Amino acid sequence: MAMKRQIPFALVFIFGIFMLFQYFVPHESSEWVYEFLLDWIYIIGILALALGIWSLFRVSVDKIKTKKPNWVYSYVTLMGLFIMTVFGFTAKTGDSWGLYPVFVITFMLALFMLIQVLAKPASRNLYGLFGGAFLLAAVLIAILDRTWGFYFMEAKGLQNSMFRIFFDDVMMPILSTMFALLAFFIASAAYRAFRARNLLASLLLIAALIVMLRFNPYLPYAAYVAKVSNWLMNVPNLAGQRAIVIGIGLGIVATALKVILGIERGYMGKG
Amino acid sequence: MDFSTFLWTTFAVFVTLATFSFLYKDNPFYKFAEHLVVGVSAGYFVIILWYNGLVPNLFDRLKDGDWYLIWLNSSKPWYLIPAILGILMWTRFSKKYSWVSRWPMALYIGIATGVAIPLEMSNRVNKQLFATMTSIDWTNFFGHGHFNLLDTTSGLSQVIIFVGALSALIYFFFSKEHTGWFGGVANLGIWTLMIGFGASFGFTVMARISLFINRLQDIKAWGIEALDASPRANPNYGPGFLIVFWLFVAFVAGYIVYELVNYFRSRTVQS
Amino acid sequence: MDIFEKMMKLDRRWIFLFLIIVCVVTYAIPFKVPILVEPEVRSIYNFIDSLPPGDIILVAIDYDPNNLAELHPMTYALVEHAWRKKLRVIFTALSQNGPGMAEQAILDISDSLKQDRTFNGVHFKGREIKNGIDYTFLGYKPYYALVILGMGQNFRLPFPTDYYGTPLDSIPMMRGVLNYDQVAGVIDLSGGSITDAWISYGQGRFNFPLALGLTGVMTAQYYPYLGSGQVFGIMGGLLGAAEYEELADNPGRAKDGMRIQLYAHMVIILFIIMGNVGYFAERRRQKREEKGR
Repeated sequence: MAMKRQIPFALVFIFGIFMLFQYFVPHESSEWVYEFLLDWIYIIGILALALGIWSLFRVSVDKIKTKKPNWVYSYVTLMGLFIMTVFGFTAKTGDSWGLYPVFVITFMLALFMLIQVLAKPASRNLYGLFGGAFLLAAVLIAILDRTWGFYFMEAKGLQNSMFRIFFDDVMMPILSTMFALLAFFIASAAYRAFRARNLLASLLLIAALIVMLRFNPYLPYAAYVAKVSNWLMNVPNLAGQRAIVIGIGLGIVATALKVILGIERGYMGKG
Repeated sequence: MDFSTFLWTTFAVFVTLATFSFLYKDNPFYKFAEHLVVGVSAGYFVIILWYNGLVPNLFDRLKDGDWYLIWLNSSKPWYLIPAILGILMWTRFSKKYSWVSRWPMALYIGIATGVAIPLEMSNRVNKQLFATMTSIDWTNFFGHGHFNLLDTTSGLSQVIIFVGALSALIYFFFSKEHTGWFGGVANLGIWTLMIGFGASFGFTVMARISLFINRLQDIKAWGIEALDASPRANPNYGPGFLIVFWLFVAFVAGYIVYELVNYFRSRTVQS
Repeated sequence: MDIFEKMMKLDRRWIFLFLIIVCVVTYAIPFKVPILVEPEVRSIYNFIDSLPPGDIILVAIDYDPNNLAELHPMTYALVEHAWRKKLRVIFTALSQNGPGMAEQAILDISDSLKQDRTFNGVHFKGREIKNGIDYTFLGYKPYYALVILGMGQNFRLPFPTDYYGTPLDSIPMMRGVLNYDQVAGVIDLSGGSITDAWISYGQGRFNFPLALGLTGVMTAQYYPYLGSGQVFGIMGGLLGAAEYEELADNPGRAKDGMRIQLYAHMVIILFIIMGNVGYFAERRRQKREEKGR
């Protein structure tokens, strides 16, 4: 029982108090321990993030297995994950790609069969057989084709042209466009919800209009509107946001203290 | 520009328009783009974590040891400890052994919370309070040099910031009922906050529209490249470019016509 | 159904279509919008302009492709300005999906430095920008708050190597550069909470000059830090980027996009007015109906 809860809470307390007091102790040994701990935390943190990737894989396979709504698209997610990982770990050794496209296709098919083995247990033998065959073909190509190779310790995969293409022409456009949709939603929200119902809403509306019109040269006294907007940002806005910042700071300190002292325990989970 | 680059930039525009099609309604093209980006981003994250995280911070430090002994005879074997702690985080998925993941998590949470307390207190609370309680510039109360109510550094502006910040902080104090003079000051606080939120809204509109403008700029850049790559404009380019371009335009136009036909058909059925 | 009721029940897809048409038509017509420069942007420009050649600045490209619309123009204008002034730049990319995008931007900007250009009447000869001499790209590490703290002790603590795997000790530019003490200032270009970490964990602990380049959504929230002197400048959104381009005499996507912003803002204001007109008309009708009863 102590191993499961008491010792972790004790660890939180010990390391929390140490880091808190370390801020006020400029001695060399305190700085040495601080750097040592930071160094360790980077490695622990990086390995912990792998949990997210495993979680994505599990959730997608589960979606296919239980045929949840839009389960077909989980194949797209998983193939996207695998193909990007393969591109990232491979690079050309010379000028040409040789049989690299064939390798990628056979390896992707092998991984597809793996998904099918996990998601469709009834036919796992058949998928396993095909998966094994594709994997064998991929391994043979990887061994025999010397025009490209796997790189795990050198960052050559980052320069793989297909890796860069998938980043520039798949990830970047879709991510940018997902957020660009918000332009339309804000226009729709402005039309449907932004009402001057009372004094507070009217104040909000007037402040918003002044800020939105600050760079409009067609207005009469356009320079004056810009000055009013600048004053609005640097005086009343600053005052209100300052109160929020102070409130957030006090909240963070209070929560952090509660975590260190063991009053807040939700992060450990149940059991 | 070579044909492969043009093909992929056309794909980029395709996924951009597929994502924008969500504005009309949810459809298979949008779902495909959405799921693709989730998978590709996860794959990208794996590669970045590996090359920028694990390799320099862990593997490079253990490199002088023998890998088949799991680097046990490296000159810095103590780096295996955070590696093991990080791997222990993966027990989170096990029902029986998930308590083991609490130990490395305790280390991380203790360090993060301990570090946060003095820094957040100093920067979010103390420095903001010091900045609010500055001495008022009575000699330049209405502006520096001449009467100017829009001078953001005048004594009047300082008074407004002080009163505004204090009243907004009082608004957030919910342990006392907001009645009488206390309620009046809290009211002033919420007015100050509303001006801040209005200013935020004004900036948010600009932010959201910017995202859409960027997509327009990218689509325009692709269009210019496409025209530049036509055999008529540049005899070095083959007919492949035009075929890809017009196939793409036909596909997009075809989908729009299909949706329009469905729309008018449904309206005819309704009437 | 009277006109006001129809207005209130308008399908939002007509609003989307109207906005698209206005933006596309405005984009097709070339015209310029005058840009008035705010003091908070001017202070960043003046800071970079005042640094002697050879000084090092840290540009934190801490944003994702989601936010590149507003922050990329800032990056391009700022870094080109710094390199034309022969400053050396350390880049970080502490946002998860950002390193590839940051690398692409760095390579693009270094390409444009090869050309001779004139800015504000001063002629700059083109030059080759070399990795390891004119810039170092440190790349990405997770848990940005601890990375920012770690860099304050020693850049090599979170970043033993740069983005390409080269040990920092073998990079000519990084010799003698231990931590923020050897850096003239930090400009953080970010679309999320990484800015809070730079202010609290970076500037708060190590006291270096810090300026911010922010998305429009976040800008209003960071004015208190400008007021308290914790940051010396803020570039807010596409307008902030356009103001920097104006100061640097280097028009780019930001200035190009401001003309669309102008008309898009007018359209949104029109929608707000229409919405309020419809709302008040509806309220008056309801009050009349209640009086009638």
